[in-house]
Amino acid sequence: MSAEDWQLIWFTARMAALSTCLVLPVGLALAWCLARPRWRGKALVETLVSLPLVLPPVVTGLVLLTLFGRRGPLGRWLYQQLGLDIVFTWKAVVLALAVMSLPLFVRAARTALEEVNPLFEQLARTLGAGEWRVLLTITLPLARRGIIAGTMLAFARALGEFGATIMVAGNIPGQTTTLPVAIYSSVELGVTARPWMLAGVSATLAFLAIWTSERLVRRPKGLRLKAKG
Amino acid sequence: MREGLEASFAKRFDGGAVIEICGLTLGADPEITVLFGPSGCGKTTVLRCLAGLERPDSGTIRFGEEFWFGSAGRHPLPPQRRKVGFVPQDYALFPHLSVEQNIGYGLYGLPARESRARVAGTMRWLGLEGLEQRRPGALSGGQQQRVALARALVTRPRLLLLDEPLSALDAPARLRVRNELRPMLRRLSIPTLLVTHDRAEALALGDTLWVMNRGKLLQHGLAHEVFSRPADLDVAAIVAMETVQPGRVLKITDGLATVAVGPAILTALALDVQAVAEEVYVCIRAEEVILVKGPGSPSSARNCLPGTVCSLAREGPMVRAHLDCGFPLAALLTHQACEEMLLRQGDAVSALIKAPHIHLIPRAG
Repeated sequence: MSAEDWQLIWFTARMAALSTCLVLPVGLALAWCLARPRWRGKALVETLVSLPLVLPPVVTGLVLLTLFGRRGPLGRWLYQQLGLDIVFTWKAVVLALAVMSLPLFVRAARTALEEVNPLFEQLARTLGAGEWRVLLTITLPLARRGIIAGTMLAFARALGEFGATIMVAGNIPGQTTTLPVAIYSSVELGVTARPWMLAGVSATLAFLAIWTSERLVRRPKGLRLKAKG
Repeated sequence: MREGLEASFAKRFDGGAVIEICGLTLGADPEITVLFGPSGCGKTTVLRCLAGLERPDSGTIRFGEEFWFGSAGRHPLPPQRRKVGFVPQDYALFPHLSVEQNIGYGLYGLPARESRARVAGTMRWLGLEGLEQRRPGALSGGQQQRVALARALVTRPRLLLLDEPLSALDAPARLRVRNELRPMLRRLSIPTLLVTHDRAEALALGDTLWVMNRGKLLQHGLAHEVFSRPADLDVAAIVAMETVQPGRVLKITDGLATVAVGPAILTALALDVQAVAEEVYVCIRAEEVILVKGPGSPSSARNCLPGTVCSLAREGPMVRAHLDCGFPLAALLTHQACEEMLLRQGDAVSALIKAPHIHLIPRAG
């Protein structure tokens, strides 16, 4: 592999890691809200979060491009207030990866949070714990496996994201090109060996992430307790 | 200054079930009150309402001068500020924390030294030394029960709520813990409300007892008294009174009532009946019936009813006998007594019952 290829892999992994860092707090907050019983607008938030799962990634990319472009409502504000340029920079890569991997994380984390027996949380309250303490010492630790698994899934998804990335970040070698985009453009250029080599790297990374995630979801026995009325 | 807990509240469920608690008072004296009733009658919901984990629809729950729940526009006091020790049925020990961390959970905010000392003290008191680093999954049922109790007690709660504390234990552990638990709770002198549907448990652990059925409190009294003197047919059924037969008061003299049950004539204490010719239900607990073979010797305060044995059924160490004494009568005797008498089905026997052990319920209408 050339130095250029290594740089590409390293860049993609870094972008995926950054996007996962972004997904984690936002996704946890969303998952926690969605794991609560009924509230107004829950169905709407639920749908919006999951939308990137089923929408063509290119459409998600188009929406992001419109929102964060320098003339877009969010992009203009960011540029005028903070001097930030988003589209066609590495920030757009992170943004696209984050939006595309958020639904996977939220789904995994939400299931994990819902599986925590509410009796544990209630008992912690009778022992004097406030909501934050219950969340940090009971709910999150008991849901940690699912949350970590969701994180791995989100990371794997980010590594492979193509459609939204190319829309909003483009294909600037050394600046915004990620692994999948590089595979695509190599094929376009008619190169034969490089796409397969990059595809191998891609598959290996994805395999490792999913494998870890699967291992983590299988909980050991004894962590569950059935609720009784 | 009013002390202790006073609760009167109602809670409705979607399916149409209603919990209606009237005048539940607990512990100015640190006593153990049992909430007794069949499964599904709402006992656990009452505990959860008191702990603040469930919200009644109306009514008030007051502890001393402090309102925990009042329907007059006030917010209910959240569970974390009620200082109630709650031990749920399957203990709900935090599976990701060690025994020590479980017990110390409620001491958050205390200096580490004091917290450690209190956890250690409570563990010693409950005989849990050496288990500090174990996970709840690696404990026996009896140990889990004590850890759950320790976790609730270490915070020095004002009120202790125990939901079927023995039901998660296997039979030998249940017997042992039943004997240990009462002296433990007595020494604590914290007012305690204990939920159970088991008569032996209620009698072994409780001072006073409330009978509950279909969401309502029916009768209150000393535990053994409620079991032997149910106020009405409903309670008689819930406390599993073995013999309940309609009868008629023939005469009342010197505090003794003479009652006709079918062709049989019984003498009972005239505590709850006022008038001759009153219609009553006659209640007799099976364990108060003494069986002898052949004719017995009657006395003024002891009934002697001739009868025949209809059936004998072995129940562990006991034998339950169904007799025909002119009316169906159940008796409970030890297997050994049964063997000694060579008691067989169809034998002629006499049933001896002391007058104070015959309880009369006035028949309304």
